[in-house]
Order: sequence, then C-alpha cells, then structure tokens
Amino acid sequence: MSRNRIMLIAAALVFAVALLAAGCDSAAKAGKFKIGAILSLSGPAAPLGQSEQRSINLLKTQLGKTGINGTPAEFIILDDESDPAKATTAANRLITQEKVCAIIGCSSTGSTLAIMPGVQKAMIPVVAMAAGTNVTQPPQMWVFSVAPGDALVVQRILMYFKNEMKIQRIAILHDSNAYGTGGADEVKAQAPRYNVTVVADESYGSADTDMTAQLTKIGSTNAQELLVWGTNPGPASVARDMQQLGMKLPFVGSSGIANQTFIQLAGSAANGVVFAASRLILPSTIPAGSRWAKSVNSFSAAYKTAYKMDIDTFAAYGWDASNMIVNAIKSVGGDSAKIQAKIQSLVDYPGVDGVFTYSETNHAGLKADALVMVKIENGQWVEAMP
Amino acid sequence: MRMGDRNQVRLLWGAAALVAVVVVFTLIYKGSTGLQWILSGLTVGSIYALVAMGFSVIYSSTRVINFAQGEFTMLGGMMMFTLCTRGGLPLWLGFLLTVGIVTLLGAGFERAAIHPLKDQSVITVIIVTIGLAIFIRALAKWIWGTDPVKVASFTGDKPLRFFGASIVPQSLWVFGLTLIAVVLVFAFFNRTLLGKGMRAAADNPDAASLVGVSASTSSLVAWSIAAAVGAAAGAVIAPINFAAYDAGAMLGLKGFSAAVLGGLGSAPGAVVGGLMLGVLEMITAGFAPSGYKDAVAFLILILVLLIRPQGLLGKPADVKV
Repeated sequence: MSRNRIMLIAAALVFAVALLAAGCDSAAKAGKFKIGAILSLSGPAAPLGQSEQRSINLLKTQLGKTGINGTPAEFIILDDESDPAKATTAANRLITQEKVCAIIGCSSTGSTLAIMPGVQKAMIPVVAMAAGTNVTQPPQMWVFSVAPGDALVVQRILMYFKNEMKIQRIAILHDSNAYGTGGADEVKAQAPRYNVTVVADESYGSADTDMTAQLTKIGSTNAQELLVWGTNPGPASVARDMQQLGMKLPFVGSSGIANQTFIQLAGSAANGVVFAASRLILPSTIPAGSRWAKSVNSFSAAYKTAYKMDIDTFAAYGWDASNMIVNAIKSVGGDSAKIQAKIQSLVDYPGVDGVFTYSETNHAGLKADALVMVKIENGQWVEAMP
Repeated sequence: MRMGDRNQVRLLWGAAALVAVVVVFTLIYKGSTGLQWILSGLTVGSIYALVAMGFSVIYSSTRVINFAQGEFTMLGGMMMFTLCTRGGLPLWLGFLLTVGIVTLLGAGFERAAIHPLKDQSVITVIIVTIGLAIFIRALAKWIWGTDPVKVASFTGDKPLRFFGASIVPQSLWVFGLTLIAVVLVFAFFNRTLLGKGMRAAADNPDAASLVGVSASTSSLVAWSIAAAVGAAAGAVIAPINFAAYDAGAMLGLKGFSAAVLGGLGSAPGAVVGGLMLGVLEMITAGFAPSGYKDAVAFLILILVLLIRPQGLLGKPADVKV
C-alpha cells in the first residue's frame, strides 16, 4: 500500500520534472509549436519589419490548421519599435512567458545584438534577419542569420574592385551610425587581402543633408572609387552633392541602397551608381533551373497572390528565417537544442536569399556568390559589367 | 550693470571676430574648397535659422520652448510633397496652401493642447509640447509612411558655379526665405502694437491685458506665426533635405541649439546662431575627421550655456528693474 503510494509520488515527480525540463516540447504535446518573432513593425526600421511580417503571415496561412506534422504552429510576433531595449523585453517575454522553442528576429542588427546574451543563456535558437557583422562574428552557438552579412557584402565589393575594376585606391564615406561604422571597419579590415588601400575615411550623420565638405576632401585625394556605406537618405544626398560638385568619381554603395527609394531620392544622380545586393533583386542572375531559382519562383508567386506586391529583400529574409525554423521543427520536433543542431547542420539549403550552409564556425550561411554587383542605368537596375 | 553690458558687448564682438577669423582662414588656406564649405554651411545654417526663429517667436511671447517646432517644418515638407509632387499643384499655390494648412494646424494645436494649460507652469506646457511632437510624428508616419520622399526643386537642379565652388538654386530660395522671415518677424515684434503687446504679455500678462493683449491671444498668435515660419521653412528646404516623417526631431534639436546660441527670443539672434552653427559645422567637417562635426556643434552649445546662457544677442533673463 505505502510502497504503491511512494511509487505514485515518484512517478508524479519524474513526470513533473520532465515537463519542466522539456519547455517547448511540452507545449507541443499540449497541442502546438510556439515560434516567437521579434520584428521592427514601427520606428525607423518599420519597412523591414513589415515586409518580414508579411512573409511570416504567409507561411502561417500556408501551414494552416494542419500546422507542422499535424500539430498547429503558433507564431507570436512582437514589435520592438526599432528599439534594442524593447527587443530585449520582447525576448524575455517570448522565453519566460510564452516559452517559445525558437525565435525569428530581429529586424535590425542593434536589436539582434541586444537579445543575444539572453537567448544564449536561455538556449533558444534565433534566426536573425540582420546583416551586422557582430551578429555572426564570432559565431554564437544559438544565433544564426539569413541576411548576407556586412562582411560578405564587403568581400563581394572588394572582389569587384580587385578582379573586375582592377583598382587599388578607394575612399570611404559612411554613416556615423552602427551600420555605417561597422561596414567601414569591415572594409578596412578586409582591404589588404585584395590589395586595396583606403586613402580617405570620412563620415556623416544619419540626418545630415549636405555632404559637400566630406566630398571636397575626398576629391582632393587620389582615390579611384568612392565606397559609400549607409542607408537612405544619406547616400542619396551624397550622389546629389557629387552631381552638384561635378565629381566624376565612381560611386559604389552597400546593400543599404538596394531599393527603389534610393533611385527616387537621388533622381538622375543615381545613374552610374553601383552597389552589391542579393541576386534576388535581379532574378535573371540566379542560375536558371537551380533549386535556388525554384525557391524564389514559388515564394514570389505565393507572395504576389497573397499581397498583390512584389517580394523585396526583407520579405525574403522573413521567409527564409521562418521556413528554416519550421523545416527544422518538421524534421526534429520542438526541442530547442535539436532545432539548433538541425540548422547548424544545414548544407546547401536552397532559400530565397541564396543557398545556405551553416557549421559550428559559420553562422552566416551565405557565400559571396549569393551577391551580385548592380548598376543603375536610366533609373533601372542592370548587372554591373566591368 | 554698466560693467556687465560692456562685457556682453565684448563677448559678442569676440564671438563674431572668432568666427570671422575662422572663415577668413578657411578661405585663404583652402581657397575654392573652403568657399564651398562656407556656402554649404550657410545653406545648412539658414535651415537651422528658420527652425530657430519658430522657437524664438513662441519663447518671446509665452516663455515656452516648443519642442514640436521641428514637426511644423517636417509637416511643411510633407505637405509640399502631397500637394505639388503627388497632387500636381503649381508651386506657388502648393506653398501658400502648405503654409495656410500648417498655420491652422498650429493654431488648432494651441487651442486644443496649450490653451487649456493657461494656469499651469511653463514646464508643464513644455512637456506637453514634447507629447505634441510625438503625436504629430506618429500621425505623419500613419499618413505618409516611413520612406523619405523627394520634392522637386523650385527652379531646377543645375548648380550655379561661383569662384570654383557651386551651390544649388534651391539654396538661394532658402536664403531668400530666411531673410524675408527674419525681417517680418522682427518688424512684427518691434513695430506693431500687437507684437509689442505680445512681448509685454510674456513678462507681465496682467499689465499687457490692460492694453488689450491677453496672454491667451498672445499664445494663439505666437503659435500660428511659429507654425507658419516652420511650414514655409519645411516647404523650401524639402528639395534639399528629403522630407521624412522623422526629420522633425533632428531639425528641432539643431534649431534649438541655434536659437540658444543666438539668444532665445531674438529673431536676428536666431539667424546669427543658425548661420554660425551651420558654417562652423561644415568647416569642422572639412578640417577635422567629419565625425567630429556634431560634437563641435554641441560643444559650442554647452559653452554658450555655461558662459552666456542668454545667447549672443539675447537680453539677460529675469532682470528686475
């Protein structure tokens, strides 16, 4: 009698401990997989977050009631208001209250860096959509990114300088925010490997409207090309001021200007500008018939049907990040550690942004051939040919 | 008192001389490049000056610092985009409508949010203006979205060459508007009965109401003028600085710095402060690593607040006669 009771209590205890330890898996047993997302749905980074949200909602609709392997999937999307501090709060809520098994996000490098210590401690896999080098360098066990990192973009641009343009001296003009300084530092770190010398390094404030002082300084150096690192509207001001000053120095930009807004803002000054971007913006440069091209086609068709709009870079990030997590859950279930191991072992995974290969030492996934050099001609994007 | 006066005059001349020396040195040492920096600085400085003038108008009539001033400028730019770029209205009509609509908005905000606080302390009102700024920004984001927009220049983009330096025609429009605005605002506050009464109302509301200018009227008129100046500024600078829903914050900050530098409450002071700030910023960006530009602007602001809190052309505050 008493032995039975002890057995019962012991069994109950074991069950309770198992429940506590399992976290998300128990949630799956309770009837659903919970996936968190931290997006910038308002604030300066809102255009990114909103595109990403559309993709996640599209995936949610596609999964429908059947969910993942018959278990419904619940996406809990929180807005960080483009504020890293709010991203941290959101991550805490996802981890401790919602008990999600994985997190999609964040939209910006700042927010992603802010949540990294927390998710590392809680051991929850995160697939970020942020391009900052520090997101994946050095690789943190629980944090992956689907965005072509700044290091990759820098690598592609330096390859363009060395192999395609055959030049040795460049000037850098960058935004003084985290994105701009991060990019400039990366250029200076990688340049020697490509026999490129940085002869001038200038910056501007994100809200600045006049770059002529910096440009006249750069014009007095022997730079052969100008590399501008920033997001709108800064680079558009640079292009316009170069036109005003009559500067003929070739303008190369980061993927921060891989959007129509840059062309609208800079107007005729945009012509001749070259930038590095995902091949996605020039789909004809993606090898036809490849698994990558197939991913792009099916995603862009579904997106267009659902939203009556074309896909953009950030929609692609949202799609790749959420699919990577959902596919991992599909094959290994809702255990956070297993999801992390699954993503880390992906080889040649055909996403929309490119073909991803992760490893213990590489959490950035993409290679330089995922990017293409694009030139603006008569307000249109074409592949830059040397 | 006389000693104080003499010190002030000396400080003012000292500051002016210092800037003149920096400008002359830049021109001699850098030639046409230096001239380019100064022309760019004057353009940027005029933008600061226009925003600063809005601060001054409200401050000199009500002692309130309106932190939503930059938002009026933002609204001016966005309205121009809607009316002229999207709506296809002729420039002059778009400009007049922009100024008219934003002036009405300014008056409306005053009646809705500021007037009910007439018995509250100035600090309370200032905090409400911060709330107002956030409200206007959110509204603008909801209406126009988050992408910056482009408004076409009034008279083309072909730069004018000038001793080896160049300037876009739109800059001349900005200079012109700054000049007109400062003359009108100065004349209003120093030549008209209403304007003089409004300045009096700031110091002594009861006495001013005896001569027919109530604090309530004063506040309403001041907000309308500030909104009009802000909107006109926004409309004219939009082709230069890409209008965006969040442009008001930085414009407000720089405009406030310029207003403090020149002396809060003085329209000519706002222009002097704005131009000095703009030119020094550009020269700093030219000579020093460009990242130090903003640091220098705010360093000047801190020095002014420490040495001469009333600004270069301002009158010492709270002088009891």
